[in-house]
Amino acid sequence: MQYDQSVLTRTERRIFALRTLYSRAGYRSYRMRKFEDYDLYSRYKDYLLSDRVITFTDTNGRLKALKPDVTLSIVRNIKDKPDELQRLYYDENVYRVSGSTNTFKEIMQMGLECIGNANNPSVTEVLDLAEKSLALVCDGRDYILKVSDLDITIPLVEAMTDSKTARAELFRLAGEKNVHGIISLCKDYEIEEQAYMPLVRLLGLYGEPEDVLPQLDEILKGTPAEAEVEELRDVLRDFDDDRHLVLDFSITGDTNYYNGIAFEGYIEGLPECVLVGGRYDRLMQRMKKKSRAIGFAVYMDSLAMLGR
Amino acid sequence: MINVALPKGRLGEKVYKMFEEAGYGCPDIFVGRKLVFENEEAGVRYFWVKPSDVPIYVERGAADIGVAGKDILLEHEPNIYELRDLGIGKCRMVVAAPAGFEDDRGYPLRVATKFVNIAQSFYSSNGRDIDIIKLNGSIEIAPILGLSDVIVDLVETGTTLKENNLVIVEEIMDISARLIANKSGYNFKSREINTLLERMK
Repeated sequence: MQYDQSVLTRTERRIFALRTLYSRAGYRSYRMRKFEDYDLYSRYKDYLLSDRVITFTDTNGRLKALKPDVTLSIVRNIKDKPDELQRLYYDENVYRVSGSTNTFKEIMQMGLECIGNANNPSVTEVLDLAEKSLALVCDGRDYILKVSDLDITIPLVEAMTDSKTARAELFRLAGEKNVHGIISLCKDYEIEEQAYMPLVRLLGLYGEPEDVLPQLDEILKGTPAEAEVEELRDVLRDFDDDRHLVLDFSITGDTNYYNGIAFEGYIEGLPECVLVGGRYDRLMQRMKKKSRAIGFAVYMDSLAMLGR
Repeated sequence: MINVALPKGRLGEKVYKMFEEAGYGCPDIFVGRKLVFENEEAGVRYFWVKPSDVPIYVERGAADIGVAGKDILLEHEPNIYELRDLGIGKCRMVVAAPAGFEDDRGYPLRVATKFVNIAQSFYSSNGRDIDIIKLNGSIEIAPILGLSDVIVDLVETGTTLKENNLVIVEEIMDISARLIANKSGYNFKSREINTLLERMK
């Protein structure tokens, strides 16, 4: 029986388009159980956006949870094959507390993970798929894939101070592009100008790789992050004349879990990012896996606003 | 076109002057009761909104940029960029108490304030157990009537405190107006926003 595509909702159409994109790129669909042991989320609760999770006691007495996140479940359940590359995609509902209403909400999330020997070519591949995902769901509006490299920001911040409180505050301020806040904090902690200026200048950068990379070379010269520019250049080689991809080093993440490339996708007219991703080798290590990993998620509920 | 949320009132007028001096003026902005003003040539549209609502307009993308006091930003913690300290609207967030007040750590400290979040994080970083009394105005009256032991509030000159026989016990932080931007809008108007920032230097 043939079916009429017009019966599909916008969200369903987006899901089909993304599923097609990912499966053509060699990713296979990954289905998971509806419920997960609560233990997983209590152990890695600082990985989650919020530590509030819907729980219930199963008939066998075990405490279960409705998934607030997909990546943790995949990482826990997938076989660790560090010499191979496992490409997976999913579309799943997750249950999180909505910031505006402070009540639980079902959120449709679609995404992919690239796990195993996920080296630079995998990063390029995932960035390319993230950008193509934005192009498929943007409804003809302009979109931007903003890319940062935590292997540049983390060593710069760590070289500035040993204080964990100050480091956390510096990452938070960097996430706000709050340069005056960084300078004032550095004065309080007696961090010298030459130690904080690379971070301040880094946060001032914004633009396409071909414009930003040469400036990056100059800013990071003699810093602990110097060698990373070549890695970044290698990953971004194919994006040179791509006006949708910009470098912006204000993207930060929990340094216990994330490292390397981090990215966010924005669509013109939508106030929040609709796609979030990056490398999470540190999460893999914490879960005793040898594989490296990178992935992203598209927030289908944020996209729903596009129809308005 | 950059959409700018300005805080209604004295601070907003000062801020507008800064925009005007940078070449982003808008004729008739102070005439009548209209809330939206546009200068198409300069590529700017202003809205006057309640000061505490500025971060909401910016976070939700109704405005690309806006100006809000650091007190409001700390209280609501919006997910925005804080691009510049404009160095105006300067005041201090302080703890004040009736003259001669001594803190008895045997009891929770009763704190009256409009700034619940700021007061809570200040006292939790000091390990002090407190009871918060959220008020919406005339905070200075709370210790006089025995409603609270201390207040956490903004102080510009200190005159109101003095007239109510209150003294500053601790300074929490300096406050000033900040230029903020929506994290998504910044990507699509980065050139315009950065030009504006450059001209406002």
